Amino acid sequence: MSTADTDTMYQEIILDHYRYPHHKGLRDPYDVEVHHTNPTCGDEVTLRVQVLAGLVKDVSYDGQGCSISQASTSVMTDLLIGKPLAQALSTHEAFLALMQSRGTLEPDENVLEDGIAFAGVSKYPARVKCALLGWMAWKDATAQAVAQTKEAS
Amino acid sequence: MTAFDVEAVRKDFPVLSREVHGHPLVYLDSASSSQKPRQVLEAERIFVEEHYANVHRGVHTLSQEATDGYEAARSTVAAFLGARHEEIVFTKNATEAFNLVAYALGNPGSPVRLGPGDEIAVTEMEHHSNLVPWQMLAERTGATLRWLGLTDDGRLDLSDLDEVVNERTKLFAFTHVSNLLGTENPVDVLVARAKQVGALTFVDGVQSVPHQAVNVPSLGVDFFAFTGHKMLAPSGVGVLWGRDLNALPPFMGGGSMIEVVQMSGSTYAAAPERFEAGTPVISQAVGLAAACDYLTALGMDAIKDHETALTAQLLDGIRALDGVSVLGPDTTELRGSAVSFVVDGVHPHDVGQSLDDLGIAVRVGHHCAAPVCRRFGVPATARASSYLYNNAADIDALLEGIVKVQAFWGVR
Repeated sequence: MSTADTDTMYQEIILDHYRYPHHKGLRDPYDVEVHHTNPTCGDEVTLRVQVLAGLVKDVSYDGQGCSISQASTSVMTDLLIGKPLAQALSTHEAFLALMQSRGTLEPDENVLEDGIAFAGVSKYPARVKCALLGWMAWKDATAQAVAQTKEAS
Repeated sequence: MTAFDVEAVRKDFPVLSREVHGHPLVYLDSASSSQKPRQVLEAERIFVEEHYANVHRGVHTLSQEATDGYEAARSTVAAFLGARHEEIVFTKNATEAFNLVAYALGNPGSPVRLGPGDEIAVTEMEHHSNLVPWQMLAERTGATLRWLGLTDDGRLDLSDLDEVVNERTKLFAFTHVSNLLGTENPVDVLVARAKQVGALTFVDGVQSVPHQAVNVPSLGVDFFAFTGHKMLAPSGVGVLWGRDLNALPPFMGGGSMIEVVQMSGSTYAAAPERFEAGTPVISQAVGLAAACDYLTALGMDAIKDHETALTAQLLDGIRALDGVSVLGPDTTELRGSAVSFVVDGVHPHDVGQSLDDLGIAVRVGHHCAAPVCRRFGVPATARASSYLYNNAADIDALLEGIVKVQAFWGVR
């Protein structure tokens, strides 16, 4: 099983994050918890965010799914936890753009770090949703958390 | 009778000679949609190139030829099922057939009146298309939806059949053969109970009609549905069979389904036209008839025997592998050819992707039967489903592929 295609999609970085996910497990405290699913395949993620003073204080998650969805969520937590919210949102934009590029975008390692390993996945439209599951959950939860803060102030 | 010659059959399906990722295509996703033989494409092409016009609308020659072709297709489909011409309604797919009946039963003039206290019965192994329309009907009418559960080996749990299908049950809808588990259900037992309590019955024949001889009227059911694209026909055409369709009010209104139309109201045509509002699927119906002819020429019993041999080969092969298990019946007894399996330690999506790299097409996911996955505690499965054009080499390739998948993912 060493065809070029497999090597492109299943990068060692992805397999490592899948086998040994970072920041996994739901943690307290948190502002918002969301549950997102991929209805075509049954993958799911429960994700919590804590946003404090304009910082992504914590992102914790639990879920089940394929290697792509699990590894992508793990990579995401590495990229976003501790970052200023504005930077986290632009990282989100960069990952989204990469995944929607159908393999045509050269990812910026300075921005996406381990996330560049998913460039190959973008060539497989059926798997792009897997890669975006955790990212979309984070965006949703963060939007809710920001809205809560605005209401409170 | 000549023996079933799978290699001759394969020559009728041009796609089977292509390669995927440098490997010969091994197509094991026919329960999702089948490939099409040249004969079906040719029949549709000739119809469109030489005889096409709208049907039931004109006096010109092409209009008459198209109408004749369309109605001849209906007769061919009827004969394929052992049914009568006027019992066959062309829909766009089986899903539309289920919804058609689900809505018609709630319309004025329905033979049953559903309301609070009434019940609709289904099973836990239904495809979403034979589940969600009934959930929606229950929501609209206040009726209660109940269901038969499953045993650990993927059969219907009949121990509470009399409880689930009871005097309050107005309709009992169930699948003939499960698309996820492969289980063939005992239609006679289920129909007998429904008749005892006076409930209408609706059987989902989507996974049975393409693969085995089905004489629909002799099943004793009231409604039966299947789709063309899983039985060598083009997508876009399905069939609703009804024992007494004239007892059912219409679902969709429009052209073709009427008798007299006045501004103050309309009367409706007899079945089947009553249920074919608007311009129907025309050339696809002709393609479906050609598919029926193709299958009939080979013989449904011969096709069933061929598939059973492949299913046995696959079940035996999986049993011999460590770390791979089958969801559903482990033998070919009362079983179709769809085989769902789980590879320990590898998510079904990754199994499917890795098999695709070897040119092997299987379906992954919940197969539009999410409650079955939930029942067996898995998020999804991989499913291999063979058809008349698969051969023993395809099954061998899959079994070898699964071993390679295990090696790649480091679980063996």
